[in-house]
This record gives sequence, C-alpha cells and structure tokens, in this order.
Amino acid sequence: MTDATADTPPAGPLNSSDYAQRLKKRHDAEWRFRAYGLGAIFIGLAFLVTLLYTIVSEGAPAFLQSEIRLEVTFDKAEIDPSGSGNIDDIMKADYAAMVRRALRDQLGNVGNDRAARAAAHRLLSSGADLQAREIVLKDRTAIGQKRDIWLIADGDVDSFLKGSISRDTPEDRRRISNQQIAWIEKLQADGRLKARFNTTIFTRGASANPEMAGVGVAALGSFMMLVITVLLALPIGVAAAIYLEEFAPKNRFTDLIEVNINNLAAVPSIVFGILGLAVFINFFGLPRSAPIVGGLVLTLMSLPTIIIATRAALKAVPPSIRDAALGLGASKMQAIFHHVLPLAMPGILTGTILALAHALGETAPLLMIGMVAFVVDYPGGPLDPATALPVQIYMWSNLPERGFIARTSAAIMILLGFLLVMNALAIWLRTKFERRW
Amino acid sequence: MDISLVFLAVLVLAVLGMQVGRSRALVAAGGQVRALHSRVGYYGAFMALAIALPAFMVLFVWTAAEPAVIQALVRGKLPAAIQALPPDQLSLVLTTIENLAYRNIPPSQSQPYLAEAAAQMRDLRATANWLMVGVCMLVAVSGFFLARGRITAEFRARNTVEAVVKILMIVCSSIAILTTVGIVMSMLVESLNFFAEVSPLDFFFGLVWDPRFAGAARADQTGQFGLIPLLWGTLFISFVAMLVAVPIGLLSAVYMSEYAGSKFRKVAKPLLEVLAGIPTVVYGFFALITIGPALRDIGAVFGLDISSTSVLCAGLTMGIMIIPFVSSLSDDIINAVPQSLRDASYGLGATQSETIRQVILPAALPGIVGACLLAVSRALGETMIVVMAAGIAAKLTANPFDSVTTMTVKIVAQLTGDLEFNSPQTLVAFALGLTLFVITLGLNVMALAIVRKYREKYD
Repeated sequence: MTDATADTPPAGPLNSSDYAQRLKKRHDAEWRFRAYGLGAIFIGLAFLVTLLYTIVSEGAPAFLQSEIRLEVTFDKAEIDPSGSGNIDDIMKADYAAMVRRALRDQLGNVGNDRAARAAAHRLLSSGADLQAREIVLKDRTAIGQKRDIWLIADGDVDSFLKGSISRDTPEDRRRISNQQIAWIEKLQADGRLKARFNTTIFTRGASANPEMAGVGVAALGSFMMLVITVLLALPIGVAAAIYLEEFAPKNRFTDLIEVNINNLAAVPSIVFGILGLAVFINFFGLPRSAPIVGGLVLTLMSLPTIIIATRAALKAVPPSIRDAALGLGASKMQAIFHHVLPLAMPGILTGTILALAHALGETAPLLMIGMVAFVVDYPGGPLDPATALPVQIYMWSNLPERGFIARTSAAIMILLGFLLVMNALAIWLRTKFERRW
Repeated sequence: MDISLVFLAVLVLAVLGMQVGRSRALVAAGGQVRALHSRVGYYGAFMALAIALPAFMVLFVWTAAEPAVIQALVRGKLPAAIQALPPDQLSLVLTTIENLAYRNIPPSQSQPYLAEAAAQMRDLRATANWLMVGVCMLVAVSGFFLARGRITAEFRARNTVEAVVKILMIVCSSIAILTTVGIVMSMLVESLNFFAEVSPLDFFFGLVWDPRFAGAARADQTGQFGLIPLLWGTLFISFVAMLVAVPIGLLSAVYMSEYAGSKFRKVAKPLLEVLAGIPTVVYGFFALITIGPALRDIGAVFGLDISSTSVLCAGLTMGIMIIPFVSSLSDDIINAVPQSLRDASYGLGATQSETIRQVILPAALPGIVGACLLAVSRALGETMIVVMAAGIAAKLTANPFDSVTTMTVKIVAQLTGDLEFNSPQTLVAFALGLTLFVITLGLNVMALAIVRKYREKYD
C-alpha cells in the first residue's frame, strides 16, 4: 500500500525479510485499528454502566425508609370534642402533640427540659402528624383509642441509620446529637425503629422535607400529559401519514409539508416550549403549569416522529395487498383503511410508543410552560396545576440535602422503569406482530 | 355548562345520527341492501360527520375567540380616562379585572369601576356560555335534519364520506406547516418587540451579557444583552461534546458494521442505543453528582483547578449522550457503501483496516459529515444537561476548565419565574430562541441535503 513500491518491482521473492516485515507492520496496524473500534464500543458501554450504577447505588437506599412504631392515643377530647364527627374539628386537631406524647412515653427518660424535648421531637418527621390525621380520616373508629402505628422518622435519623451521618464526626458538627443517638439505639433495641419499604415516595407529592417527598403527584401529571398526547398525536399523525404516503399528489404543497416534518423532527425541544408559552398560554389564555398545555406541546413534538414511523410502516406493506383490494372493487380509501392500515398497525404502534417514551422523559419544554411548580396535591383535571416526573427530578436535583440526592436517584429509577416498560412493550409488539413479506 | 359536556352531547347526537342514517338508508332501499349505492355503514358515517364536524368547528372557534371578544366588550365600557391609557397599562387593568371576575383575587387598589367591569365580565361570560351551548346544539341538530333529508337509495354516501375524510387528512398534514409558522411567528413578534427596545447591533455583536433583573432595572439602566458570550459558550461546549462523540461514535460504527459478528452486534448495538433513550435530565444529574466531582478530583491530582461546572464536564456529558446518535447514523451510512468497493479493495490485497480507512471512509465521508452536522445541531439545542451542569455566568474564555453559559441556559433563566411580557429581560429569551432556531434549522437543512445527495449517489 506504499506508493514507493508501485513503480519498481519487489526486490526479492515474496518471503524476503523486507516483505515479511512490511506485512507484519500492516497486520499490526490492522490489529490496532480493530482494538480502537472495540475500545470505542467498550468506552460507550462503560459510560452506560457507570451511569446506571451511580443512579442505582444512590437511589436504592431511598426505597427503604426509617420508621418508628409508636402507640399513639387518639384523644377523643382533642379530635372530636362534640362527638358528632365534625370534619373541621378532625382536621384542626393537634395531632403533633399526640404523636410527640407517644414518642416521649416510648423513650421514657426525656424529662421536662425544653431543649431535650425538642431534640426528642426531632426524631420524628414533621409529616408524622399528617400520617396520624390520615389514619383518623380513613377510620373514624380510631378516635378515643390507642393504636400501634408506624410513623416516618426524620430525614437526619434516616441518614444516620444509612451511614451517611457518621458517629465519628464531632458532636457540634453532626446533625444528630449524642443524646439523639442514644435514643435511636434504645428504639432500635426495642424493635421500634426499623427501615421499612418506602411507600411515601410512590404516593406523595413535593415537600420541603426529603422524607415526606414523593413522585406520585408528578407521575399523575406525566400520565395526564401522555394521555392527551396519545389522544391527539396518534389520530392526527396517522391521518397525516396516510395522506402523505398514499394520496398526496407530487406538488409543491406536499414537498413543503415533507420538508417541514423533517425539520420539526430536529428542532430543539426548548423551541417547542417557547411555542407553547407564546401560543397556548399567551394567545389562547390557557393556565400555566397545566397538563393540557404540556400535553399539547408534547403532541406537537411527537407528531413528526409518529408521522415518520407511520409512513415507514405503510411503505412496508407490499403493493400486492393494495392491488388485490382494488382488483376486487374496493375504493382506494377502502383498500387503505380496511387492508393496508391494519397490517401496518404494529409498526405504527411501535413508533408511537417510542415517541411517547421520548415525550415522557422530556423536561426543557415543560420548564418553559411553568411546570416547575411546587405541587403537593394530586391534579384533579387537565387544567389544574401539575408537574411532571422529569421536572420533579430536576427540581429535587437542585436541593442540597443528602436525603434529596437519594430521592432524586430513586425518582430517576422510577422514570427509567417506566421507560423500560414502554420500550419493552414496543419491542414485544414488533417481534410478535411484525410480518416480513 | 362545561365545554366537555357540550362535546359529549354532540358526540351522543352523532352516534344517534349514525343509527338513524343506517336505518333510514335501509328504509329508502326498501330493505334491499343491493339497491343502495354505498354500503349501509357509509350512510351512518355521513350522518355522524354532518352532525359532529360543524358543531366541533363552532365549538373550537368559539372557545378560541371568546376571551378576546369579551375583553373587547368590557374595554368598550370602561371609563374614558382608563381607555385612554397606553396599551401596556390598559392590558394590566384588564388582567386585574379578569383576576377579580374569574379567580376572585381582589385588586391592590379597589376602584368602583373595577368591580363593575368584573361583574359585567362575569355576566358576559355566562351569556356567552349559554349562547355557545345553544349555537352548537342548533348546528348539530340542523346537521342531523339536513343530512337525513339527503339520504336516498341513489345518494353516493361513500364518495361524500371519503371526500370529507380526505379533507380531514389534508388538514392533519398541514399541522406540520402550522407548527413551523407558529414557531416562527411567535418568536418573531416577541423578538421584534425586543429589538424595538434594544438595538439588533447591540444584541448580535455585544460582548457583554448582563440583563439585570426586570424589577430592579430603572428606565435608564436596561442592562446589556450581548449574544456573543452566550454563542461562544454554546459553541465551546458543543465542540467538546463533538470531540468526545465523533471518535467514539464513528469507531464503534466502523467496528459494528465491518468487524463485529452478528451475535456481538445484536447485543452491543441496542445497549449502546440505550444511551440515546435516557432522558437528558438524568444526564444532567449524572454530570452533577459524578462527572463534575470526578473531574475536580482528577484536576486536583495534576494541580489543576477545574470548576465543578466546567466546560469539560458539560461537554463530556453531552458527548456521551450524542455517541449513539453519531454511531447509528454513521452505521447506516457505512452500510450503504456498495460491497463492490470493498471487494475491489480486498482483491488488490488491502487489509480490512486499509480498506476501511482508504476506501470506505472516504466514500462515506459526505454522509458522515452530514451525520455530524445533525449531531452538532442536537448539541446546540440541548438544554437540561447545560442547565444542570454548566455555569450561569456568561464569560468569554477559552479555558476548558472554567465555566461558561449557553443560550439555552439563558432562555430557561429568563422565562421561568414571574414573567413580564413588556420587559426586555423576558423578551430577550424569544430573540435567543429565534437565533437558536435559525442556527439549528440551517444546520439541519444543510445536513439533510448532504445526506440525501449522498444516498442518491449509491442507490
């Protein structure tokens, strides 16, 4: 392969030492090149493994949560003094006091010093009183009784038990005092403090305390948006694809549409967010941070993908199917809707699911339409303020508390879980129903 | 009455009309299906379309136009002194009235005309609501009777339905154009408002980005909106990303398509593409907790001071994200190089790597360049990674260990939180968005043209 030898014939026979050396050099180069290629793939895979390992190792502990089992007395005089079950009284009662009394009784030796009491109370999450209230709201017979319930421990207690707060740090720089450690150990010895499976993270919404924060509300917001997206984008995208693939005459208008679709598929997602802000919120006056606006923006974003996938699926159906239908007297529309479309359906659904999976992970456009809201309650409808799973991840990632790093990783694991399920469904559809002609 | 209820009512009427259409067609044919021009279902579909389509159109137009019309009516009734206010103050007054009327938020300064206008607005809305229900139902019912009257045995129901369906499909296809028009118009209008306050020269060639806060800025200090530092930051980070993604992506594509056995390919290719399926917010978090600290530690070993939001950190993370993008596009392109070129090269005694370097890659070069341009456009518009992992200070620096900021970071920064649509601090985001859109559009058009031309060459 060297130019110098091209003019003059080789000096000796093919097995001369000169030739053998050159050949060895070339073969070495061959091996090196192969190694580069393999190396590149392994670097790529190494990044993937590191990323997943980081997320899982950070997030896995968040699925366990330290809880304290206490015997709480639901004081009738406090919760329901009139005995009529008045909902206002039940909502207003001081559950924090009941829970704290139960905790002090359990610890036994707290004493009456204000500081000591406050330190003891800090073992419980500030959301523990909400848990107590929820028990009464669910089951009125609890009023006036003593119940043994698991209450969420404070985030610092959780961090201590999981080892992120070390006993060796000097007390004044530690978030947990020596006295608190003694109490924690007493509770553990009594079997009253345990790491239990964390349901909070699946059911609750945003919270300033890591131990009370969950992705349930955000997941519902994401789900609403995906429903809106699939209801709008699937019919519109399929109709557009059928027209462009089967009916459109070759003219400038059709070309214009095709160029537009191809370009929209590559427009940065944040631009769609700006579009949503300017058109849906400013012009049409829809509320900010509502799932309907998010759904519309995601619809516009996933339309090009769905159209392109549908066209590929329609193209894959052989012309003989169309010809047979037309030959039996079907109209062109009948041939397509009755015969071609059903055969293309697996391909279309696969493309749609992949587009939806992409939409589920999309964050930037949702920031533009104001979904970065602190949403505690489940949205009741598509016009209520809501947030989305990836946006919740983004918001938590900005918070400094140790507990939130674990929560963020856990939320990412949940998001990746949804994406995995959707992609697996798409692959299953493809392998199960795909036909080769 | 709620819009969704009207929607449901029209839908119920349409289903009813469908049944009526079918039975009416059968009656018209005297029970002989053969006597009908079209199959029975088409008469039903014709009825359903005649009922639902006009009613939905009325519903849509009404919902879109109602707020503007009500506002105009209320504005006409306001005291003359208020009506004479400049447009931005007038719109503020109208927002206050709307807040009072619909959301029951009391105004900061209570004025008698405000309460009056709010009451009027509520009345108008209630009237408009009932009017909408009436008009929609009227349209739907008249559609029902008109369509029923047309059904005879000779009526060409199939042709009519198919023509309507075709028009609907054309409308659906046009949404792509509408979206592009919407993007360009919405950003252009706000950008023009911005350029009315800040000279385009200062924006496009300004070297300082210092917008100040919308509330704190007085009339005499509007802040400086220089694009150059943001553009530089965007390009710098994208450049680092391409330095990571192009070699790794290209080499993996070469290995996958030329060397790898089908078993290895079957496992490694989807695994590598998983990287493309991971949401960008996850990459941002990864950069924040793993790559940033790791780079800082590595830098400390060599005595370098690497900022935790360095160009390197954001670029490296973005590069990882783009690897599968480059590799799968290049893979397609390398596979499109005809086998005859390979065979010719092997026939002359070249080794596999010599064939790849001197025959296949040069032949595939235009396509690979196109793929890289698409990847660059992806990198320029990427938002979450840079929002989370890049800095916020706009700096003109060539030091990859320092932190810079990008256009997308500033768009997010200017458009989240409280918005005032008349301050340059908010409007600048639209000008940035327009610039970004134009740059990525140019790259995409160029890349698609190159890739298409290349494909034609070997087809």
